[in-house]
Amino acid sequence: MTASISINGLHHSFGDFHALKDIDLSIDIGEYTVLLGPSGCGKTTLLSILGGFLVPSRGHVMIGDKDMTRVQPAKRPTTTMFQDYALFPHMTLKDNVAFGLRMRGLGKTDRHAKADQFLELVGLRQDGTKRPHELSGGQRQRVALARALAVNPDVLLLDEPLGALDLKLRRSMQDELKAIQREVGTTFVHVTHDQEEAMAIADRIVVMNAGRIEDQGPPDRVYRRPCSLFAANFMGEVNQIPAWRDQGGLETPLGPLPLSHDFGDTEQGVACIRPEQLTTETQEWSLGTATVIDSAFFGAHYRCHLRSDRAPNLTLVAYLPPNAEPKAGSSLPLYADPADVSLFTTPDTQEAIA
Amino acid sequence: MRVIQWVYLAVAFAFIYLPVASLVLFSLKDGNLPLPPFEGPTLRWYQEVLGDHQLMAALGNSLLVAVFSSLTACTLGFLAAYGLARHVLPGSVFMRGLLIAPMTVSYLIVGLGLLIVFNQLGIGLSLWTAGMGHVVINLPLCFAIIYASMGAQQQNAERAARDLGANEGRVITLVTIPMLAPAILAAFFLAMTLSWDEFVIAFLLTRFDVTLPVEIWSLLRSGLSPKTNAIGSLVFLGSVTVVLLLEIFLFGRRRT
Repeated sequence: MTASISINGLHHSFGDFHALKDIDLSIDIGEYTVLLGPSGCGKTTLLSILGGFLVPSRGHVMIGDKDMTRVQPAKRPTTTMFQDYALFPHMTLKDNVAFGLRMRGLGKTDRHAKADQFLELVGLRQDGTKRPHELSGGQRQRVALARALAVNPDVLLLDEPLGALDLKLRRSMQDELKAIQREVGTTFVHVTHDQEEAMAIADRIVVMNAGRIEDQGPPDRVYRRPCSLFAANFMGEVNQIPAWRDQGGLETPLGPLPLSHDFGDTEQGVACIRPEQLTTETQEWSLGTATVIDSAFFGAHYRCHLRSDRAPNLTLVAYLPPNAEPKAGSSLPLYADPADVSLFTTPDTQEAIA
Repeated sequence: MRVIQWVYLAVAFAFIYLPVASLVLFSLKDGNLPLPPFEGPTLRWYQEVLGDHQLMAALGNSLLVAVFSSLTACTLGFLAAYGLARHVLPGSVFMRGLLIAPMTVSYLIVGLGLLIVFNQLGIGLSLWTAGMGHVVINLPLCFAIIYASMGAQQQNAERAARDLGANEGRVITLVTIPMLAPAILAAFFLAMTLSWDEFVIAFLLTRFDVTLPVEIWSLLRSGLSPKTNAIGSLVFLGSVTVVLLLEIFLFGRRRT
């Protein structure tokens, strides 16, 4: 089963601390949504409210067409996969996975048959009689996933599920989570602070900061055309170049920027461009020449620090093609496509115009 | 240096076990006084003990009081620990202190206090009153042991169980108690051994039916005899068995 989620005017405070402010969010049926943000941004609080572990100070949570704001966890069509997995150490894997079905009154034979089915889904069919302490971290995580899915929830909530795994395992589990989500069709809401993880699995990324939603949308849109300076920064490395209005056009320390947008009432802001969007080949926006400070080989590219010759106090980061090493001290011409530039007013207002 | 370590070990163990060893040795003496020189061995004192109805009745009473007072102390201790560990209560630090405080009061004072209360309330002394006394002294211990082992791990598992649809009753019986079983059993057996050879409270709060330590004491009043050694040996054997079972089945398993 699966359901949509709609959150309206959600507020939550712990004492004087406002953990969530003005949250409005709708999640479609069967969508894989990732709540992304730094620690303390409210993403886990939002997940706890969805799971029913917290009752929000204000606002409503609808799952499907039912108001679930004050319904306790046991009575919700949601299950949670906890950060530390929270498996029952005294039960076999099969009994762990069958626990929710047991609570729903299913007989032993039926629930064990169903548990086997879900252990099969996560590739642990043959380990049903083992106990959690006999498993590796990745396997425990699979059991937690099977246990949460076995009760056929409308919505599965995942609280930093991959945080305890090493990098390689995390990448392979991401693929697996996505594949399993496609197979079962359940709406997944996943919390993480890892933007690469978010881009790898999400249908929709919700970037959060200080209790607010900064940006939300498909990964490519949020990455390439972020709605706020915070989102631009959080989604990956970005060059921030000061820009100001000049006779109808835009002026930067690196030369005029051929963009028609202006900054509304304010006179200046920042132009943001991703390191991989800087190139040495001729493009519409010329940033002048720059001197290579250092470069490091990353496999798919060289990551270089560059000092602009037009503005020596401005250091840029560029990902240059891996076939020729940019030698430290050498001089390069820099270009970019103005269409790749995102403009924001000064950090205080954080409004996107481009 | 090696020799000194072994000598130290031998002396330490001798200090602990010599009294018990002499107790057991002279329980086998074929004579009327449990004093050197040793004669025998004989099992006639054991025969006499096992044939003594009063002693056997006292042994049964002790077992009854130990089992039921420990069950009660463990249940109450668990409920108190669960409540204080899982819920935010006003003055919980104070309540915790109040629960543990009786541990620092001597058994004599606890016994005297209870004696006065029972007299005032017109409750006659019996095995029941002795059992209540043992609950009073063992409850703080059971509470402390169980409370100390309640951690975030159980709390998260309980949360997961609730999330999967379990009501509070099933959370406690299917998740909390099984996960805390080692601590609960340790508390139970410790309370049992303490109740089993507790004398002061049992002496003050029993009248006609008495527990074994009280019966032994009344035997001692008529002088030393290898018979008391034989009872002591049997009691010691019982305690050692419980400790060994505990070590093998509870702590041994946790180590693997």
